Amino acid sequence: MSPRQINWFKYSSPSTFYPLAGRLIPWFWMITVVLIAIGLYLSFFVAPTDYKQGEGYRIIFIHVPAAWMSMFIYLVMAFWAAMGLVFNTRLSAMMVQALAPTGAMFTFLALWTGAFWGKPMWGTWWVWDARLTSELILFFLYIGFIALQGAIDDARRADRAGAILLLVGVVNIPIIYFSVKWWNTLHQGASVSLKSGSSMASIMLVTMLIMALGCWAYSIAVALTRVRSIILEREHDSQWVSQLPEVRL
Amino acid sequence: MFSIFRTIVMRDLTLAMRRRSDVLTTLFFFVIVVSLFPLGIGPELDTLRMIAPGVFWVAALLASMLALEKLFAVDYEDGTLEQMLLTPQPVFVLVLGKVFAHWLVTGLPLVLLAPLLGVQYDLSAETLWVMVLSLLVGTPALSLVGAIGAALTLGLRGGGVLVSLLVLPLYIPVLIFGAGAVEASASGLGETGHLFMLGAILLLALVAAPLATAAALRISAE
Repeated sequence: MSPRQINWFKYSSPSTFYPLAGRLIPWFWMITVVLIAIGLYLSFFVAPTDYKQGEGYRIIFIHVPAAWMSMFIYLVMAFWAAMGLVFNTRLSAMMVQALAPTGAMFTFLALWTGAFWGKPMWGTWWVWDARLTSELILFFLYIGFIALQGAIDDARRADRAGAILLLVGVVNIPIIYFSVKWWNTLHQGASVSLKSGSSMASIMLVTMLIMALGCWAYSIAVALTRVRSIILEREHDSQWVSQLPEVRL
Repeated sequence: MFSIFRTIVMRDLTLAMRRRSDVLTTLFFFVIVVSLFPLGIGPELDTLRMIAPGVFWVAALLASMLALEKLFAVDYEDGTLEQMLLTPQPVFVLVLGKVFAHWLVTGLPLVLLAPLLGVQYDLSAETLWVMVLSLLVGTPALSLVGAIGAALTLGLRGGGVLVSLLVLPLYIPVLIFGAGAVEASASGLGETGHLFMLGAILLLALVAAPLATAAALRISAE
């Protein structure tokens, strides 16, 4: 064993992760504020008006990042849920629980901004189209997960039951992502793809990516803040918690 | 392994026969829900023919969901479930047997009764056939997926409401393709595509759902 090998499991214990999260949170908040500020400036003042959709298209700068995050957070939750089931680590389940409200918020935001975009562009707030419907199902899955966690008093059972529900729901993610390809829908196809590059002007793409990274940093910051509270709540009778300066006060 | 499956199915069927009212409740729920729509919407046959696929499928969904409560709850309360989990036989087969028996009791009668109710909605003979076929393929998938929710919410307070929140989103694909098949047949577009999708969902549920249910049962019965 080389001495420089990193011990990946070091931070899987709540007692070591708690201070690490505390140190990381300000950094992620800073990144969030900077990126969102730049992103908002670019999206309102720099990005040109779209020749077909007018000013209304600017809503995609929040709509697309929110939709990406809604799917991505679900995948991250499912990943940690699987980790929690396999390795039986407490922290993974806490992370899942901490991410759920943020994921539900982004899903709701994606649906809501989509409705605002749909009214001027399609002339309707909502259509029963494959992508919209599957995103709505994703929202229900988040709510179901949160409700299940809330209904079970025993934290260990809540974690594992929630993990199974999450893993079953993962089926929905590829359906959302590919729905615009598989079905002939009103929702436009993906504007950005790895294969063919982007079909937008580069400044629009850059703005959208900056906003997406900002949302990402925001999710991490919020999840870390929340996971710290969850750690304190669940580990409240352990020795290291009672020695923390913020608990002693 | 097959004898385990048969034993479980026979046991659950016998139990269901001893408590016939439980079986009939689900069936009559389906009948009443389907009959309520013409009363609420009005008796124009054109409208009824148009809404029939959706009404039948939504009613089947709700009936299947209501029946879920009984799937594991009785065995859980008297401790039988715990004993079953302790046996050396695979839980996968146990779950499959219980779900199959449950479907025979709550799903199949509904499928058989659907054409009779379909006549109330003035559906053509061909559309009725497609409806029976789609329900025949779709309702087992509903039972299989619902078993996961039933197992997760075993013994929780407010389990009945919670199970609907967990299970209904997962039911939506079955609803879309099931009602889609009937609609496509009624409008002359051809129903095979939708039926194949339903079949694919059933196969996936047949393989994956009992695994998830078995894991959920182990957690709940701990």
